[in-house]
Amino acid sequence: MIETRGLRKSFRSRAGRETKTVDAVRGVNLEVAEGEIFGFLGPNGAGKTTTLRMLATLIEPDGGEATIAGADLRKDPAEVRRRIGYVAQGGSTWDESTAREELVLHARMYGIGKAEAHRRAARALDAFQLTEYADRKCKTYSGGQRRRVEIALGIIHEPKIVFLDEPTTGLDPQSRAHMWDEIRRLRTDGMTVFITTHYLDEADALCDRIAIMDHGEVVAEGTPAGLKREISGDVVLVGLDAATTPQAAQLLDSEPYVNKLETVDEGGLRLYVDEGATAIPQILRRVDHAGFTLTSIELHRPSLDDVFLTKTGRSLRES
Amino acid sequence: MKLARDTWLIFERQLQLLLRNPVWVFVGVFQPVMYLLLFAPLLKPALNAPTQAEAYKIFVPGLLVLLAIFGGLFQGFGLIAELRAGVIERSRVTPVSRLALLLGRSLRDVVSLIAQAIIITLLALLFDLRVFIGDLLLAYLMLALIALMTSAVSYGVALKVKSEDALAPLMNTVAQPVLLLSGILLPLTFAPGWLQGIANWNPFSWAVDGTRALFAGDLADDKVWQGLTITAVLAAAGVFWAARQFARSVR
Repeated sequence: MIETRGLRKSFRSRAGRETKTVDAVRGVNLEVAEGEIFGFLGPNGAGKTTTLRMLATLIEPDGGEATIAGADLRKDPAEVRRRIGYVAQGGSTWDESTAREELVLHARMYGIGKAEAHRRAARALDAFQLTEYADRKCKTYSGGQRRRVEIALGIIHEPKIVFLDEPTTGLDPQSRAHMWDEIRRLRTDGMTVFITTHYLDEADALCDRIAIMDHGEVVAEGTPAGLKREISGDVVLVGLDAATTPQAAQLLDSEPYVNKLETVDEGGLRLYVDEGATAIPQILRRVDHAGFTLTSIELHRPSLDDVFLTKTGRSLRES
Repeated sequence: MKLARDTWLIFERQLQLLLRNPVWVFVGVFQPVMYLLLFAPLLKPALNAPTQAEAYKIFVPGLLVLLAIFGGLFQGFGLIAELRAGVIERSRVTPVSRLALLLGRSLRDVVSLIAQAIIITLLALLFDLRVFIGDLLLAYLMLALIALMTSAVSYGVALKVKSEDALAPLMNTVAQPVLLLSGILLPLTFAPGWLQGIANWNPFSWAVDGTRALFAGDLADDKVWQGLTITAVLAAAGVFWAARQFARSVR
């Protein structure tokens, strides 16, 4: 659905007399398959929005190529525009207009006839549960309602791909969960969804595949689970009393699925395994069989922040 | 075809928003009406006009051109608000005609200007101003061309500077000399030679002269076709330049 090779963009910024060139995006290669929710995860200023705006034809790349829904971004941006939807981060509705007016206008800007535009607007209002407020001015909407209108605008022409720039930033937790459901529904309807986010949990819960971006480059790409597994596997914390710990350590150290084993000072073991879900039953069986008493067992999965930390040397939470 | 359709689409939307908030009519008309009521009475003695009606024939056309210039030049503020709200960017990701984004807005400004001009003209009728309807319509055409040009330029500049703080002083700096050098408040026939010489290079001065000739009923006066031609050429140039700004920032 989306394929990019070496997509680049730099900006000139003037600070006093000096002109500095900032390489916002330095050669991004991506492949996004049809029907996935693909996420761009990274700190603010990593180049996510710039990349997205290039893909949405809003800024011209300095170099590189991209094919989007079968159309060439450099040669035929007009065709790309027809096949994609784009929802900006900062909003796109006019205070004095109503949701219905905005939807009808937007549909008509895509060349859709008046009657059909009204039908689509009504359908979109219904699908996004906005019918109740459809004829009120946008300035009276809550943040979540307004964001739903904006997403409805982005897909009113039934694009193959929709780009959502930070779709849940600034929403309260409930609206956020609601928005995730809406985004999943887009995929169910057959759309490919490309989002940017700086929320770890959002990338984890919502995206089928993610690319982690930092300083204008993609530093890692894969499924959230795959990326996490790639760096360290899972950690299983086994609670034992201090007396039996050394013996249990000896016992478990020879198990094939345990990559590494550490003893916890106050008793208990920290086991590094590939797949916690399959290791835990085996650990339980082994320990039980040997007659030791477990006080607790916990599974710790590495987070995407651990992935980010491994790839960039920084925590995403700090940057 | 697509251009006409898209232009109508944008025009319709902009007009709808304008009509929703009709305060603009009064805000727009308030200043000219103040001139009409509080400044124009000084003109009969000052211009040595035989009657008050004669004085209005000279003053009202200038006032209308003033309205067209200022009304147009400050439309860019609305565009900056739209840029900030993300409405322009939203339009940019659609295949809508880029020229239509400009023309739809500018035509809305022309319509709102003509509505204001009609109100001023009707008020002036109460002060015994008389003008033939044909001449008046040609004068309105002149006003429409001026407003088309100033509003297009204002939009173009707004796209470039992207901030109200920059647009306001810029437009004021342009508007003031244009105003003083066009003989809007007092005809430049009173001006010393050097001032007239400079004013000859001000296209708005030609527009004012042409509009005055129309209000005087001198359809055959050369100033009429000269004024119309100059404003038409300028309007075309203004729209062309602003359309390039739209197309460039919008690709």
